Amino acid sequence: MKYFLEIVTKPDNIPIVALLFLVVFYTWFAFKKARKNDSQELPEEAKLDDKIQVWPNLVRVEFLGTLIVFAILAVWSITIDAPLEEPANPTLTPNPSKAPWYFLGLQELLVYFDPWIAGVILPSIIIVGLMAIPYIDINPKGNGYYTFKERKFAILTYYFGFLILWVALIILGTFLRGPGWNFFLPWEYWDPHKVVVLNNVDLSEMIGIPTKNPDNSLNIWATLFGFSFVSGFFGILGAWHYNKFKKTETYKLMGPIRYWTTSLLFWGMAFVVLKIILRLLPPVLGAYPIKYVWVTPWFNI
Amino acid sequence: MISPMQKFRESEVYKSIFRHKYDDTQRNRALQIVDNVFLHLHPVRIPRHATNVGFTWGMGGITFLLFLILTLTGVILMFYYRPTAQYAYEDMKYLMNDVAFGPFVRNMHRWAAHLMVITVMLHMFRVFLTGSYKPPRQFNWVIGVILLVLTFLLSFTGYLLPWDQLSIWAVTVGTNMARATPLLGHDGPFGLELGMKIDNDIRFVLLGGTQVGPPTLLRFYVGHCIFLPLIASIFMVVHFWRIRKDGGISGPDTTKKTF
Repeated sequence: MKYFLEIVTKPDNIPIVALLFLVVFYTWFAFKKARKNDSQELPEEAKLDDKIQVWPNLVRVEFLGTLIVFAILAVWSITIDAPLEEPANPTLTPNPSKAPWYFLGLQELLVYFDPWIAGVILPSIIIVGLMAIPYIDINPKGNGYYTFKERKFAILTYYFGFLILWVALIILGTFLRGPGWNFFLPWEYWDPHKVVVLNNVDLSEMIGIPTKNPDNSLNIWATLFGFSFVSGFFGILGAWHYNKFKKTETYKLMGPIRYWTTSLLFWGMAFVVLKIILRLLPPVLGAYPIKYVWVTPWFNI
Repeated sequence: MISPMQKFRESEVYKSIFRHKYDDTQRNRALQIVDNVFLHLHPVRIPRHATNVGFTWGMGGITFLLFLILTLTGVILMFYYRPTAQYAYEDMKYLMNDVAFGPFVRNMHRWAAHLMVITVMLHMFRVFLTGSYKPPRQFNWVIGVILLVLTFLLSFTGYLLPWDQLSIWAVTVGTNMARATPLLGHDGPFGLELGMKIDNDIRFVLLGGTQVGPPTLLRFYVGHCIFLPLIASIFMVVHFWRIRKDGGISGPDTTKKTF
């Protein structure tokens, strides 16, 4: 427990603890407002649509908010010092080496993906995907008020991406990853010499196709298998949903470009989850964890 | 008998500064907003739900406030900090031990920065949950995403400046990702085929070297103190201006009777 408490109370990690509580609170709070709006004909916000003057009604709120922020920051800055460790030393690598806390979700993904995916491709897709949201979500409902009923898919997807894939992975990466980026439960001793069996296998090996030939060259059949697995994942799931969806009114309104962008982003997110499961689940079932699903001479996924 | 205060209020000096009276009239309340360069960011009137903290959570406003606090404390810190490997850490020690209110200003800068990352994320969360990115506000959401990225970059570049073990290794871990960039990184897919080496790829450009060193410190310093705040300010101007142009804060369209 000592190590866990040490890492949780580290000055630089206080924001994560705060974030955890704030995110849980606001998720509950927004959901409560959404349920209330959903249960009545007019959303609450529509009942408060009479115009009032900014001075003093809004300026007062802003002023109070400013005071509260200053009070919190002043107390925080007086009581807790920002960290200043030993001088920079390029020859002495700390173990574990961690990025700033807001990037630890991405660093955690390095366990499941090679750096070019976890560190470059996924962040780029997240940014582009977020920017695409207003253009692919053409549901006119729920504009300017809290609701759940009217936008279930959009809200559940955002909850999953933000709460699980972003916040929960940050918390896992910060608090439960110790030396060697090994997993430690809160009460465990952070043993820098913890022995972890590296018995990851590739998915092709799981079904009996060795990734490497006896002469250590790449087995072409493993590459082909991986290609068909990845394209099959996107192809089959994409086609399955398309067939189900193409007759609907929503599809006609969306058109093919919006639909396939959404489909690709959604199944891409599912693929990240699939790779996390393929690594974590097999050991529980007594099988080997999966390292790569697709190995090629140039990149591995 | 006229009081001195009353006399002052009627003087040319007073009237040249304060353009209107302060009696509680609708007209004066409106002038209070439009006659003030800072307050006139606001409209004169807004729907009642826009003043409800339960609706807005105030996160966008707090983010802007934190940006102002960070600018102010950041400028103060710049007086005591030299962005060279030789002096940076010593300046930090000096600041933390010998400068009056040095630790207070630095702590405030650090904690406000962390808080800003949180408030930006919560602002985005709220905007999503109220569907405020929907027409006509689509493009303002895109600008918001750019501001989110700029906030991360500002925080990340600032992380290096103390030049201690925590900062160089966090930045080393973060920038190591760049070496794996497809096509442009020497460790990334097709990087080798395109002639990428450790001393000419995208990470080299970012760091000004093959590892986090003195040139990186200077690059991150200039980026942190000048380039990124400038870019962020420009995007913020557009962000705020568009809120007004897109019809103020989002709310249910009450002209339609069905929801």
